[in-house]
Amino acid sequence: MLPVIEPPAVDPLAALAIDGAVTTAWLQAFLRDEMLTRRKIDRAVLGLSGGIDSAVVAYLCARALGPQNVYAIRMPYRTSSADSLHDAQLVIDALGINAQTIEISDAVDGYLRYAPDADARRRGNVMARMRMLTLFDQSAALGALPVGTGNKTERLMGYFTWHADDTPPVNPIGDLFKTQVWALARYLEVPVRVIDKAPSADLEANQTDESDLGITYAKADQILSLILAGYRDAAIVARGSSAAEVQLVRGRVDGTHWKRHLPTTALVSGTAINEFYLRPVDY
Amino acid sequence: MKNETPDAAPTDIAVVQFKPLKGDIDANVFVLSEIFAQLSVAPPAIVALPEACLTGYFLEGAVYELAMSADAFAHTLHAAWRSGAGADAGAVDVVCGFFENADGTFYNSALYATIGGAEPRLTHVHRKMFLPTYGVFDEDRFLSRGRHLGVFASAFGSAAILICEDAWHSIMPTVAALKGARLLFVPSASPGRGLSGSGELESVAHWKSILRASASEHGVYVVYAGLTGFEGGKGMSGSSCIISPAGTFVVEAPALDACILRAQLDPAEFEVARATLPLLGDLAGVLPDLWFDAEIPLPKRVENG
Repeated sequence: MLPVIEPPAVDPLAALAIDGAVTTAWLQAFLRDEMLTRRKIDRAVLGLSGGIDSAVVAYLCARALGPQNVYAIRMPYRTSSADSLHDAQLVIDALGINAQTIEISDAVDGYLRYAPDADARRRGNVMARMRMLTLFDQSAALGALPVGTGNKTERLMGYFTWHADDTPPVNPIGDLFKTQVWALARYLEVPVRVIDKAPSADLEANQTDESDLGITYAKADQILSLILAGYRDAAIVARGSSAAEVQLVRGRVDGTHWKRHLPTTALVSGTAINEFYLRPVDY
Repeated sequence: MKNETPDAAPTDIAVVQFKPLKGDIDANVFVLSEIFAQLSVAPPAIVALPEACLTGYFLEGAVYELAMSADAFAHTLHAAWRSGAGADAGAVDVVCGFFENADGTFYNSALYATIGGAEPRLTHVHRKMFLPTYGVFDEDRFLSRGRHLGVFASAFGSAAILICEDAWHSIMPTVAALKGARLLFVPSASPGRGLSGSGELESVAHWKSILRASASEHGVYVVYAGLTGFEGGKGMSGSSCIISPAGTFVVEAPALDACILRAQLDPAEFEVARATLPLLGDLAGVLPDLWFDAEIPLPKRVENG
């Protein structure tokens, strides 16, 4: 009998592994190029929520631009968790970046007086849009470029407020799955408390992303990476996910393509912008 | 009888890993002239530059605004050399990628020319044959493909130019080598991607494996000139390098910095590699059996009469 050699067992998350040093160097270079070379802006402003995504972006910005050029804005609503402010402070203290806290409660409630029946979803969207309004106004005040903090998983799942979280003109982590953001956070030595806590949009008390989504980030990322690589549902199930999980993720991706595009414009000419008239964003 | 022929002298070469400002040819020519000034202190015989060097790569419809004729591009490089190195500086050979407007037909091209002196002399223009049109790439929408892989006389002897994806098809270096090339220039603009590699991007590692395989299989020098810098979030992965005919990396650049590589192309290395591993000669012998195989899906020649 000859020995039979078979392929080693495949770790379903192995394909999502990243080299922290390579990733950091690449994203730092991206930020420097987009801000310093292309736009001649040396200051970044970002909303610092106390969660891992904005923490990682703060670390990348501090490395790319120097902590003195990074402005973190905390924008709590009156129901926001006190832990969020505290965790954001850990990042501010660790990096030595500039920080400001601007309560959005009055502004949000001022509008919601005209929409007293708004449900949690609408209220959350109003808060997200108010935060982006604040961030852009602060960017004008500070002469700083707003930097986005949305990750690839939430972009693909449509788990964000359109024209709010996705609005900043540059985003260093938008092509990183959530599990890759976690890996990068560990490489960057983001405070452990920020890495280990359950991700939450913090729009409602005791809210977590994974309960909202109905699936863990680890499982979602595994399925998303296979969907994006072109695998059909049966092949994804064969690689270790349930049909229900695949259906859930596929449904969210297929139902939110519009959220990853600019508004749909009626094409009526042979020179329609971004259809016939094509120029790159950096031209 | 022992060969008493003196060895041919090595050829000095510089690879410029260029970082363009998108669409600003004048600004890029100015930067290039400063690089030429730096090189002119100890001028090489050949200066190799990347694909789409003076415009940036991702131009979409702007390619029609920035493309120029090969002759005009040679004069642009000539003027940059004279501006940087001085009007009295000697001539230098240059290989450089550009978007070509050939009487209203547009190509992703690279030229080999001698610049400096009174007038530039255009030796060769290669028009990219494999136009990537998948994923992030859209070349076939805006450009026509070249139809000929030519070999020309460079300062190091017979050479060919393969632009970016041209070099990913192993038949291209194979044909070039069979036609006599002993030096392959590979101007490139490659958006880096893939973060799971150890110490470098996956796309860079893939490039290196392809280039090294081409060099060592055919016993040719490979000179890879990569564009660097970000274009709308897409980071051009630089990583310029020179690989010997034995498949050894002679010199390598990092991914993200503009820089200059200097090295010598040594005819002795070329001869030893060919003698040690005579694969190209073997291929020349077997080629007819492979080429004229009716099972290969090639159009059949129609004989008149």
